[in-house]
Amino acid sequence: MADPIRWARYRWQRLISTEGREVSSSSNSSSKRYQSSKTASKHRIVIPCLGHFKEEYEKVSKLYMNNKIRTTKYTLLNFIPRNLFEQFHRVANLYFLFLVVLNWVPLVEAFQKEITMLPLVVVLTIIAVKDGLEDYSKYKLDKQINNLLTKVYSRKEKKYIDECWKNVSVGDFIRLSRNEIIPADMVLLYSSDLDGICYIETASLDGETNLKQRQVVRGYSEQVSEIDPEKFSSRIECESPNNDLSRFRGFVEHSNKDRVGLSKENLLLRGCTVRNTEAVVGIVVYAGHETKAMLNNSGPHYKRSKLERKVNSDILWCVLLLILMCLTGAVGHGIWLSRYSEIPFFNIPGPDGKLIPPALAGFNMFWTMIILLQVLIPISLYVSIEIVKLGQIYLIQNDIDFYHEKTDSTIQCRSLNIAEDLGQIQYIFSDKTGTLTENKMVFRRCSIAGQEYCHEENAKRLESYQEMDSEDEDSADAQYASLNHMSKRRGHNCRAVNESLKKKSLDQLSGSYPVAGRENSASDVPHAGHVAFSSRIETDVVPDTQLLEKFSQISSHSYQQSEDAVSKLSLETTYIIDFFLALAICNTVVVSVPNQPRQKMRHSSLGRMPIKSLEEIRQMFQRLSVRRLSSSPLPSIKESSSESPNSFVSKLSIFKMKLASPALDGAAQRAAEPHNPDSPENPQLSEELDMVNVAAGSEHHSAGSSVKGSSPLSKLCYEAESPDEAALVHAARAYKCVLQSRTPDQVTVDFTGLGSLTFQLLHILPFDSVRKRMSVVVRHPVSNKVVVYTKGADSVMMDLLGTASEGTKNSEMEQKKIKERTQKHLDDYARRGLRTLCIAKKVMSNEEYTEWLNHHFLAETSIDNREELLLESAIRLETKLTLLGATGIEDRLQDGVPDTIQALRKAGIKIWMLTGDKRETAVNIAYACKLLEPDDKIFTLKSQSRDVCALVMNKILEGIQKNTSAKKTKSQKLGNVSASPTTQAPAFSAGLVIDGKTLEHVLHDSLQNIFLDLTEKCRAVVCCQATPLQKSVLVRLVRNKLKAMTLAIGDGANDVSMIQVADTGVGILGQEGMQAVMASDFAISQFRHLRKLLLVHGHWCYTRLTNMVLYFFYKNVAYVNLLFWYQFFCGFSGTSMTDYWILILFNLLFTSVPPIVYGVLDKDVSAEILMQIPQLYVMSQKSVAYLPSTFWITLLDAFYQSLVCFFVPYFTYYGSDIDIFSFGNPINTAALFIILLHLLIECKSVTWIHAVVIVGSILFYFVFTLAFGATCKTHNPPSNPYWIMERHMTDPVFYLVCLLTTCVALLPRYLLRVLQGTLFPSPVMRAKHLDKLIPEEQREAIKRWKDDCVVNCRMEFQVTSGSSSSATGAVSEEESIASVLPTSKTPLQFCSRGGLVEEVSLSDIQDESGNTNSLSSERTVFLNLSKETNSDSYGSSNCCAKVSQRTSEEGKSAISLAGLNTEQV
Amino acid sequence: MLVSWSASEGFAPQEAEARPSRCPDNSAFKQQRLPAWKPQLTIATVLSTFFLTGAFCLSVGICLILSANSVREIQVYKCSDCSKLRENSYNWNIECLCSVDFKLKEDMLGDVFMYYGLQNFYQNHRRYVISRSDAQLLGRDVNRSYCAPFTTYNNGTPMAPCGAIANSMFNDTIDLFYNFNSSVIQVPLLKTGNSWWTDKNVKFRNPQSHNLSSAFAGTARPPYWQKPVYLLDEEDERNNGYINDDFIIWMRVSAFATFRNLYRRISRKRHFADGLPAGNYTFHISYNFPVTKFKGKKYVILSTMVWSGGSNPFLGIAYVVCGAAATLTGFIITAIHLKLRKKKTYFQK
Repeated sequence: MADPIRWARYRWQRLISTEGREVSSSSNSSSKRYQSSKTASKHRIVIPCLGHFKEEYEKVSKLYMNNKIRTTKYTLLNFIPRNLFEQFHRVANLYFLFLVVLNWVPLVEAFQKEITMLPLVVVLTIIAVKDGLEDYSKYKLDKQINNLLTKVYSRKEKKYIDECWKNVSVGDFIRLSRNEIIPADMVLLYSSDLDGICYIETASLDGETNLKQRQVVRGYSEQVSEIDPEKFSSRIECESPNNDLSRFRGFVEHSNKDRVGLSKENLLLRGCTVRNTEAVVGIVVYAGHETKAMLNNSGPHYKRSKLERKVNSDILWCVLLLILMCLTGAVGHGIWLSRYSEIPFFNIPGPDGKLIPPALAGFNMFWTMIILLQVLIPISLYVSIEIVKLGQIYLIQNDIDFYHEKTDSTIQCRSLNIAEDLGQIQYIFSDKTGTLTENKMVFRRCSIAGQEYCHEENAKRLESYQEMDSEDEDSADAQYASLNHMSKRRGHNCRAVNESLKKKSLDQLSGSYPVAGRENSASDVPHAGHVAFSSRIETDVVPDTQLLEKFSQISSHSYQQSEDAVSKLSLETTYIIDFFLALAICNTVVVSVPNQPRQKMRHSSLGRMPIKSLEEIRQMFQRLSVRRLSSSPLPSIKESSSESPNSFVSKLSIFKMKLASPALDGAAQRAAEPHNPDSPENPQLSEELDMVNVAAGSEHHSAGSSVKGSSPLSKLCYEAESPDEAALVHAARAYKCVLQSRTPDQVTVDFTGLGSLTFQLLHILPFDSVRKRMSVVVRHPVSNKVVVYTKGADSVMMDLLGTASEGTKNSEMEQKKIKERTQKHLDDYARRGLRTLCIAKKVMSNEEYTEWLNHHFLAETSIDNREELLLESAIRLETKLTLLGATGIEDRLQDGVPDTIQALRKAGIKIWMLTGDKRETAVNIAYACKLLEPDDKIFTLKSQSRDVCALVMNKILEGIQKNTSAKKTKSQKLGNVSASPTTQAPAFSAGLVIDGKTLEHVLHDSLQNIFLDLTEKCRAVVCCQATPLQKSVLVRLVRNKLKAMTLAIGDGANDVSMIQVADTGVGILGQEGMQAVMASDFAISQFRHLRKLLLVHGHWCYTRLTNMVLYFFYKNVAYVNLLFWYQFFCGFSGTSMTDYWILILFNLLFTSVPPIVYGVLDKDVSAEILMQIPQLYVMSQKSVAYLPSTFWITLLDAFYQSLVCFFVPYFTYYGSDIDIFSFGNPINTAALFIILLHLLIECKSVTWIHAVVIVGSILFYFVFTLAFGATCKTHNPPSNPYWIMERHMTDPVFYLVCLLTTCVALLPRYLLRVLQGTLFPSPVMRAKHLDKLIPEEQREAIKRWKDDCVVNCRMEFQVTSGSSSSATGAVSEEESIASVLPTSKTPLQFCSRGGLVEEVSLSDIQDESGNTNSLSSERTVFLNLSKETNSDSYGSSNCCAKVSQRTSEEGKSAISLAGLNTEQV
Repeated sequence: MLVSWSASEGFAPQEAEARPSRCPDNSAFKQQRLPAWKPQLTIATVLSTFFLTGAFCLSVGICLILSANSVREIQVYKCSDCSKLRENSYNWNIECLCSVDFKLKEDMLGDVFMYYGLQNFYQNHRRYVISRSDAQLLGRDVNRSYCAPFTTYNNGTPMAPCGAIANSMFNDTIDLFYNFNSSVIQVPLLKTGNSWWTDKNVKFRNPQSHNLSSAFAGTARPPYWQKPVYLLDEEDERNNGYINDDFIIWMRVSAFATFRNLYRRISRKRHFADGLPAGNYTFHISYNFPVTKFKGKKYVILSTMVWSGGSNPFLGIAYVVCGAAATLTGFIITAIHLKLRKKKTYFQK
């Protein structure tokens, strides 16, 4: 032990010598946080937190941050100063502070000093309270996280004890169990998995739900027993904390100075979840804020709504106006003063008995005026906006339509200040998986040997899931939730809840390590929710009856089947068998069994060595066949099936004894019971019960038997990399072709008819995006032949099919027929939006295989361009396939997605789909959700160089423009003739599909503009294979360049960046963690909720807030101008004819609540109408309610009203003996009436709340002024309100003045509204009118409206974007395409739905394309795409010359050429 | 934002049994389905509002005009000699009397009020307005800071009352004589009861003392005043000091630069029981208040009052105009409506 210490010392000293000063300063510094980052500026050394390293540990690791996180902004102590500091960052607040200060200057003082402070204090207080509450919720969340529990190795107790997360520090050993969340970044030192692999789910980090493998540090993986921290004597040196998730560099230095490199494969990241691995042990290297997950959180993104920005600019106008008015006052005062040569009575000389000169007096007056007229800048506006937004958010959150029963979740508004932006969205950027779809892949249909099995029952089941089985899922969800909750609660008070802990330890002891909560709950779905892609809807497949029937034949046949019996079976039957074998085998699914220490089903592996020679293969084959015969499990299955349920229970009871846990006993029984009645329904279940027995029976001699180390299999779990694979395997299982186990060498499939088949796995040719397929090469145990199973996209697979070499003409015909029919089915599937896959197989003779193997071996061992050779090798293998069939998998769209998208589009919103998925899938889903319409022209942008990209986009643009202009002229001509609005032409609508690589080029500065031009002309854009970064860059691009309002919606962590960048981020409370939700401004549970959120609440919030803001401007201008007009009659001396208190309180109390109520509750059009007529959204989108003209009209009206309000009393009382404040009183009262009644005119709907508030305000005003007048004799020295109101109340003239003033002031506005309503009704007003109709009429009217709108909107669209055309049907679509692409020879692809294989025939292609391009290369590119052509015109782009060259040489390459062939040049 | 997964813990649904559903209340308020009155601008409501407003305004306007017409008012301005004298501020303490003759062509029936009018006197100047101490006028001697610079003399003697308003108090004396059959009868004038009752009885109080002069001991009159405050009305103890009506009225600063203040009321006794009969009258004015300094003018006004105030016809005219405008608009809208009814637009009813 002395050695390591010396070592550490040495390292430490070395470190000091290199970075001497910093370290020495850090060691005596108290500030850990900053010093640690300094010392670790390059490296960090992690020393285990153990007794014998204590000294070093204290020195090094203690300097690093611990795992406590704090995301709050304030603490109790610094709240007031810090909050004030923050608040005075607002210009408005500074302005008001300035006013307050100004009022303390005696020369310019206008009010009492205290009065001016009042509004500011009120505003600051309200905002401070709001900020405090927000911060408090963050604090609570932090506390919750910090107090989560985890198992940390304790030096004292020499074992793992529960610790709160916050107490974890660097160097601690942590032991995690399955489904636990990783508390800090740690290096994996031990995994219960024999291969030293740990699976983690990184959904919360990158949104990917598939499992990632992490590897135990080399050198530790061979350990059989769990690592003992006490014996760990190595040090870890790694890079200093950074936010790069994909990189981790470092090494472990053992005590004997051996170094072992560390990579990201060894790092478990904070926030991920351990899956399928019983126990892992790691040592913490980064903790708390230094973890990669935390460093990646760029902090909250403060957003300011568009409206608010606009308001700010208008406030600047108000400031200008104010300055103008003050200048008028200043100049006027100066002139007025200069008229007097002597000091008049009423002008008070200064202390020295002299008057200040007029110019200086004017200057002083300027500031006085600013104080006097300050209300013009509405301080209360900011507060009111905040309050209104809170109210709006409250109402949004309480909308019952956003409630999703299944998840018991409703909308969460996480950002309080951008609700009105929802009403102005122009672009929606949507994620696909989980956002548009449910992220549940479901096997839907298949076609085998040209025969379609449509799985009607399955379809019914899927439908019924919505209603009936949702309860089941609910219960599963609830369990999961309660489990979550439990762990949360446990963590919450840092003290373990005894029960659950006990249970946990019991489980731990027994070695079975399932989640306690789930086992306790009685459920027939013991396994839902916690493994990716395994919700019930995905796992259960109801077999097609027809197919099942055929299956039963197979079974009976195969009982007597000999080795060459396959040929006797009908062709179709072999197809079916092969099809399902392919489904079960051709994948990389990991089989696991829950509730069991060892997850991976392992079979005794036979040949670990790679097979290299034919001889070996032969040997192997012999061994294999022998084994199959000897270990045939058939008899035991038969035996056991008779006693199945009982035996299962008894088996379980054996298990139970081992566990010695009564709780589990009950659980087991309960778990067993439901299986019994279920068995007919779920055939595979009984199968599994049998399996239990088989396994049990062979338990003792398991080493030799097929299942090693197995224990009761309640259910097999499939962990797939992609959900499609899982779906296929589950489908196969439904037909009793159960994938039992998979090891690197062999696959075992339990086939009903044929028994358990163990395939020797020879090769896996993994999926890649170039080949778009994957293959497995296996040796068939029955026929002993080498068989290749391939599954892949139909676009590539169909070209790989070969004619059966040994087949007769008859079979050839048959094959062709199958191919045609399958293709038909595939097209049909695609039309239905299913994800299609082709399944094919190829039987190889041994000779063929050997030959290929040699090549492949060469490829594998070659050093130079190994990848390419491997690709080539794969392509060589995957030829002459026999088509078995096709599958259609449904990633079910969420409810109402197509409707929502259509409605949103009608609302004038452009929708982009940004997804990381493959192009085909993305396009399919785009069709399914009506993002793309069948008759849209789809441009696929796919090129590998920037230049080409530019050219292609230019071409498309040109084409579109030509097309539209041509159509336009035509339509104009037509329009002249017919002139009827009903000549509706199919608008030219285009969709753009672009992939990630191309996106990179396109996002380059030089191409951005043209790309945006192009996208503006397309009605939908689909970006596939886009990285999270690209997503956010795209959003930012559109947002900044097009100045458009953007909304990003997504559910996964990969959408976070785009959600944060967009003006409005919407997160979906989906299955992929909460990251998106946390980053979002609004979190909804279903995509369809977006419709109401935008169309209704967006519209409402926007119109309400704009109207309120405008009203506020009006109110303030109108009111302040009263004072201003008076200046003309008091020598511009800054006198206010209203009592100061009433003046200030007028805005703060008497007229503040009604506009707020108006802003929260006003409803111009009912929700129903807004939902039905999405076109209304355009009004708010174009900010019709708040155009600059509206603002100025409002101000003009305010001026007019203030003039009336001032001069009617003025002329009435002119020359009378009225005193100042008696004069001010009717003005003030009339102003109150005018302002409140103005609101009433503006109100679109008046509820009792409005009535109460308005009446209340008026009453309050009178009560206040009466009380004030009755009591205030001297409280308010300069003004003199005493008894004024009382006297006026008895004076008829007062009432007459108020009445007349109100009438005259409001008549024009009323008239304007009348004329607007009758003569030039806006769509909103028309819609408002619809509300009043009886339902039938309403329906009729809406229909009429829609018809009408189609015309209008199209015209409008045409005008605004100039892209769509209202061409007549005269131009055929083919023509339009041709005109779009006159000379393009680029890999521009035209997809056209409906199975049409469309070639973009280019005028000059044929002769030039020549024959250097082999036919096969042409065909392999894309089935339904344009012919790939050479082009001399683009010869300069030689970026992909290499690829193309190879293509032509090989003639078989399936590389879809994105570039251009240039060898001809 | 924060660590997301941990948030997922935080947001995980509550425990199933005890969990109240998060489903929002289906109440009218929360679902924004409150019954609402939606003001629809249909032709019926629009026209009725316009015509009703028009009719109402017209009728009120006519009433007002009629009543305003019954007001008799006479305004007199002369005394050029004295005003010239007062132009020079050195002559401020030279007494100047002038008399103005005028003729009432018809009787002024009812209560007749006598006002003095000032033109161009900016009583509403901000610093003038605040230059007073309400506390002092209540009899307390505190907080006279607003009075500056008319607070104290250089020797420290406080002014009573302080401030610019008080200092510049109107100090002409006006008497009215009726030339009845070549005999001159002084018209009896009431100098109390002209101010607001609340001012007189609540807002203005003399300092507490056994007599008035001792109450104001230690104070001095404002610089422009000719006599101290406790000698404002030597005849009537209850009209002296701060509670002098003339003073109270002056202290109620006027709203405009041209204004009138009530000076006296005609006591309806003997000849004047019904008001002022037609005939020749003379004002005897002791001219003290200089107006040329601020380029102003002085008037003496005799006027009667009706319920709608004085002789100002503006309100009535305004009502008539407003009513006419509303009615006219109503007709125009009717015309538009009739014209548009043929063209059936979407929702015209």
